[in-house]
Amino acid sequence: MHSIEKPAGSEPAIQVTGLVKTYGHVRAVDGVSFQVTPGTVFGLLGPNGAGKTTTVRVLTTLQSPDAGDIRVAGVDAVADAAQLRERIGLAGQYAAVDDMLTGEENLVMVGRLYGMSRKEAKARAGELLTRFELTEAAGRVVKKYSGGMRRRLDLAAALVARPPVLFLDEPTTGLDPRSRLDLWEMIEELTGEGTTVLLTTQYLDEADRLADDIAVIDHGKVIASGTPAELKQRVGGERLEVKLEDPAQAPQAIEALAPLSDERAVAEEDGVTVAVARRNGTIVTAVQRLGAAGVGVDDIGLRTPTMDDVFLSLTGKVAEHEQAQQTNDEEVAA
Amino acid sequence: MRRLATDTLITAERNLTRLPRQPDLFTAFTIQPIMFVLLFVYVFGGAIVTPGYDNYKDFLIPGIIVQNIAFGGFITAMGLAEDLNKGLIDRFRSLPMSRAALLAGRTLSDVVTNVTSMTILVITGLIIGFSFDAGVGDIVTGVLLLILFGYAFSWVFAFLGMLVSTPEAANSLGFMLVFPLTFISSAFVPVGSMPEALQVFAEVNPFTVIVDEMRELWVGSPGGSLWQSVAWSVAITAVFAPLAVWRYRKNAER
Repeated sequence: MHSIEKPAGSEPAIQVTGLVKTYGHVRAVDGVSFQVTPGTVFGLLGPNGAGKTTTVRVLTTLQSPDAGDIRVAGVDAVADAAQLRERIGLAGQYAAVDDMLTGEENLVMVGRLYGMSRKEAKARAGELLTRFELTEAAGRVVKKYSGGMRRRLDLAAALVARPPVLFLDEPTTGLDPRSRLDLWEMIEELTGEGTTVLLTTQYLDEADRLADDIAVIDHGKVIASGTPAELKQRVGGERLEVKLEDPAQAPQAIEALAPLSDERAVAEEDGVTVAVARRNGTIVTAVQRLGAAGVGVDDIGLRTPTMDDVFLSLTGKVAEHEQAQQTNDEEVAA
Repeated sequence: MRRLATDTLITAERNLTRLPRQPDLFTAFTIQPIMFVLLFVYVFGGAIVTPGYDNYKDFLIPGIIVQNIAFGGFITAMGLAEDLNKGLIDRFRSLPMSRAALLAGRTLSDVVTNVTSMTILVITGLIIGFSFDAGVGDIVTGVLLLILFGYAFSWVFAFLGMLVSTPEAANSLGFMLVFPLTFISSAFVPVGSMPEALQVFAEVNPFTVIVDEMRELWVGSPGGSLWQSVAWSVAITAVFAPLAVWRYRKNAER
């Protein structure tokens, strides 16, 4: 058996068509399709339980799909699983390093399990430890590493065999801001060298910073996809949050803020929130308008959109649709 | 096949590197057996009548070594449960390594720890007055049989380790399984002293078969069967090794 490989560039690094994975009655991944251009970063964005991790697990051969075609790095993920494993690296929340081994021992072990000789594996481990600024900690057991160091070692372990395609499952979840930034820079360096990266994340800013293309998934389905700029446009940019002295004044506040945005402000527990088009002067204008309308302001601030906002914006439409459906059903029932 | 062998050795090396860094585990297979021997010899020994033996030590040492070796696999069970728990299994499964190697590496490193604790037990026994009544050939055969039986039980523990989700659960499940098996056997007391129902069980218990054969090999008391002992060991491995590998493959599908 010899599979004919097309020259690099003529085929996507990852091609997923109609992927379905069920657990009992739960369709964890329900017909996901996307493709990733070689040398780019693809962000899979979604809340906990959306199906991101399951997708990564299927793409890295940890689980077999119930349906769908998956090709990664030119090979079929189901038929040629063994071959695929030689061409991918996996890091993140579900891949790990051995606590009781030193950083170096971990990398050497992984290298040898990729089929390297002890000498080769040792040389490669040295390179990676230098690159990820772990040389000083190389001889210490991982148990004594900080969270950031662990993740860096984890990423290094995924890179031992210089895989053309790298899977990072929530690589920065739980990291402090400084370590996150470090890791981002390291990921950017990798893609600069031509590695294709598939990244899952719950953080919009992470996807925004790293990804060339993003697919937003929820309940196992892709609900939006595009470049970060396209997605942000759909979310509606920055959000203005106003806390009111008297929440009962929300309707007046919504009225007063209407000129600042294309969409109407939404009343929340103790104030109102609205997406605004630009940053400059927004707060001053808002305070003036609210003051003129006689609305007492307790606190006011601008916030960059978060995953919540993406979801409010994206799934908001889904909810409306469902609501409409429900109303129809009720009418039929009546 | 070559891949399986290389990868098994790599993972076994990993386990043995870890071992001295886990003092509690290290104590469990070095100090604990000594404690057991001393307790049995000096606390229970005076009250247990062992017809046909010069003293209780000669009766006990082969038995307690068999019990100890059967427990040796708990390191495999705990290690696998820990790997599963911490996501390391996923790391291994994403590598182009042999799928059975992780388990085979575990059971192989158990052989090393088993030989270590066996040595400690024999030395302890010799110090407190146990003496071999056998030729070198029989003593060596006994050692090999212990290694084989210990290896078989490592696969039982490998299976248990894949069944449960925490190292603690693996440990207590193993304890519940092996403890009754060893105590309702000829390991610590003569089977004849038990109630009849227990005698029936003790007679067919593989532990009794192995212990009796160990006594024949090391202190020359008749009643053992080498081929039955080997057959049991091989049978246990033949059943539990495939079960463990099957569980390993299946577990990843969670």
